[in-house]
Amino acid sequence: MDAKPQAKGWDRLQMAERAAQDIPEGWYVNLGIGMPTAIADYVPLDREVIFHSENGVLGMGPKPPEDQRDPWLINAGKQHVTLRKGGSFVHHADSFAMIRGGHLDLCVLGAFEVADNGDIANWATSENDAAPAVGGAMDLAAGAKRLWVIMDHTTKSGGKKLVRKCTYPLTALGAVKRVITNLGVFDVTDRGFMVVELAPGVTLEQVRAQSDAEIHTQS
Amino acid sequence: MINKIVQNMAEAMAGVKDGMTVLLGGFGLVGQPNNLVDALIETGVKDLTVVANNAGGGTTGLTALMEHGRVRKLVCSFPRSNNTIFEELYRAGKIELEIVPQGTMAERIRAAGAGVGAFFTPTGVGTKMAEGKEVREFNGRKMVMEYALPGDIALVEAWEADRWGNLTFKLSGRNFNPVMATAAKTTIVQTQHIVELGALDPQHIMCPGLYVDRVIHIPYGDPPF
Repeated sequence: MDAKPQAKGWDRLQMAERAAQDIPEGWYVNLGIGMPTAIADYVPLDREVIFHSENGVLGMGPKPPEDQRDPWLINAGKQHVTLRKGGSFVHHADSFAMIRGGHLDLCVLGAFEVADNGDIANWATSENDAAPAVGGAMDLAAGAKRLWVIMDHTTKSGGKKLVRKCTYPLTALGAVKRVITNLGVFDVTDRGFMVVELAPGVTLEQVRAQSDAEIHTQS
Repeated sequence: MINKIVQNMAEAMAGVKDGMTVLLGGFGLVGQPNNLVDALIETGVKDLTVVANNAGGGTTGLTALMEHGRVRKLVCSFPRSNNTIFEELYRAGKIELEIVPQGTMAERIRAAGAGVGAFFTPTGVGTKMAEGKEVREFNGRKMVMEYALPGDIALVEAWEADRWGNLTFKLSGRNFNPVMATAAKTTIVQTQHIVELGALDPQHIMCPGLYVDRVIHIPYGDPPF
């Protein structure tokens, strides 16, 4: 029997920190609602990365202290934010032209499932969802130059999220380039998922056991 | 002398009718023309199709319009809010929903304002959003056809306005407002400030008065936190 406890890998903030490492100065970046939002906290302000929010905010800065919130300045998650020097506002159609016209270097979204051909399902958990809410996910997935996904490697009940074929309603086809999970970093390549890095203590066997799709290594 | 500023809501709402399509500005609780929606409720019109990003927030505005049973159909990207009015109506079969990716919604409105009848976009290809729609390939990429989304009336909230209807917007209060202003037969604006003609820096006008029909002064202050 396998009595050896399995490494849990990174926690959520460590995942965000790991994702932030690979975002270079000068990129225009949209971070999805939820876990992706935390990535911004790990990009130091002197590394000038320009964050975009769907509601027409370009150059978004950190969350303000409670007593300095501006009621007119929110992000797409309806949270109060700040604007950095050099930031600007545009209307919604221009904001989405930035997204859909391929002007964003990176978008990071959460997901229910990612397939090894880059398909992503992240907006509805059933074909018959009462009133599914898509927001800007389909525009971001299809429009950004690069789409990364940050998510737990499995569901709370152990369901596999790196799959051969998505079972939930799709958000976009062949869009995902990289997945950051608690177990590691995986690129989507012509061969499928390729290990870039494993979290401390995590083994390849463990990753493979928790994935439906095949997990490849460079060697 | 052109003067688009009206003195009361009866003038602002003149001509609204049952069955109209209403473009409703705002994102989250910011930039919501809620006083105009209250006035729309007062007129008693019903069977409205409302185009708005969210399914109402708070207790006023679109939430109240739906609660009064005036909305036949909602076109939106994110039918969630901090209350359950929409979901209750939807589950009871009392309201129709057309869900549209947010960028496709904004672009369909822009197209309507620019005289574009339809366009092709990669957003939604291969998903439920493309079902039943024409898909064609351009430059090696599959794209789905989407139609323009015009309104009979647009309800807009501005920060400043002059008597020609030139508008500015405050911070993220801009959102859908200036785009929707271009896409309706009648654009009705509530503004926090009225300024003299010529007081707005021409280089900073965000929506020229050409798109605007009526302006009413509603200095309600800040959106709720």
